[in-house]
Amino acid sequence: MILHLTTILVFQLIGETLTRSLGWVVPGPVLGMALLLVFFMAVPRVAKAMQPTAQGLLSHLSLLFVPAGVGIVGHLDRMGTDGPAIFLALLISTALSIAVGALVFSSIARWMGAEE
Amino acid sequence: MNELSQIWTYLAEEPLLWLTATLIAYCLGDAAFRASGKRAYVNPVLIAVTLLAVVLWMTETRYQTYFEGAQFVHFMLGPATVALAAPLYGNLSRIRRSAIPLLCALLAGSVTAIISALGVAYAMGIRGDILVSIAPKSVTAPVALGISESMGGEPTLTAVLVILTGVMGAVMATPLLNRLGVTDWRARGFAVGVASHGIGTARAFQVNETAGAFAGIGMGLNALLTTVLAPMIISLFL
Repeated sequence: MILHLTTILVFQLIGETLTRSLGWVVPGPVLGMALLLVFFMAVPRVAKAMQPTAQGLLSHLSLLFVPAGVGIVGHLDRMGTDGPAIFLALLISTALSIAVGALVFSSIARWMGAEE
Repeated sequence: MNELSQIWTYLAEEPLLWLTATLIAYCLGDAAFRASGKRAYVNPVLIAVTLLAVVLWMTETRYQTYFEGAQFVHFMLGPATVALAAPLYGNLSRIRRSAIPLLCALLAGSVTAIISALGVAYAMGIRGDILVSIAPKSVTAPVALGISESMGGEPTLTAVLVILTGVMGAVMATPLLNRLGVTDWRARGFAVGVASHGIGTARAFQVNETAGAFAGIGMGLNALLTTVLAPMIISLFL
């Protein structure tokens, strides 16, 4: 468990260090994820062993967004005037993006015969 | 015995109080979500954020003070992102098989998210730094903040818009995709990850393991793509 958590932190650290030192726009944890994936492909045994720890971290992924979400208290004044327009923009855009993404994926998959 | 106010003064300065409050608020949100029979609109994040916002307002606590305690939870976002490698690895062969539909859906979903958000906001009179802050709202928080800042937006506002987008995606995905008749779990998960990042991904994992894994890929790839696209698209609106 602690070894697996350490491995995850080490990959995040490598990701952060690389993106910062190379001046990349990719965020450190995303690069860390990609590197860990490559590591899993090289050593499948590790991937199997780390599965429970990773699952534990991901099972309450939504909890981790709460602190940033509470930041809304600092923007309540702006939300009063521009709130409705922003809210509508986010609502329409999120619905459109999900619909377009899912329809493109499923229709191309069907067209290519790559259905599940 | 100490005065109540003295105890409060102590608690208000330690991270313990707001860390505990964050976990309690989330447990309440999660309990409500389970009690509702896992209905998407009873979103644990939304409930927890609302409860905490009300408590902060009532106790006149500044967000910075709250965040000193809550940062321990916030910190785990990084390791959780790295941990997404595990479900990705587990689904690698399916991802390889669906590489082409996946990349097409990424481009379509990402461009749609940025252009439609900016288009609607612009049409309703939003200009300047708020407009810029909206552009990266579909991307996972740490990336979105970076994009917003580099384009002259307001990073803290972007953080809030990112969360809002995530909650909206998590709430509307299942009913919307059912209505559209999309039954492919890969397509459903992927689109949700592209449009509403980690919160959408968390929701996808609640519904279906495959959808969750594909949502994680969608989130990761869109983080990369939006970093390139957002500055190009926003320049059309300024």
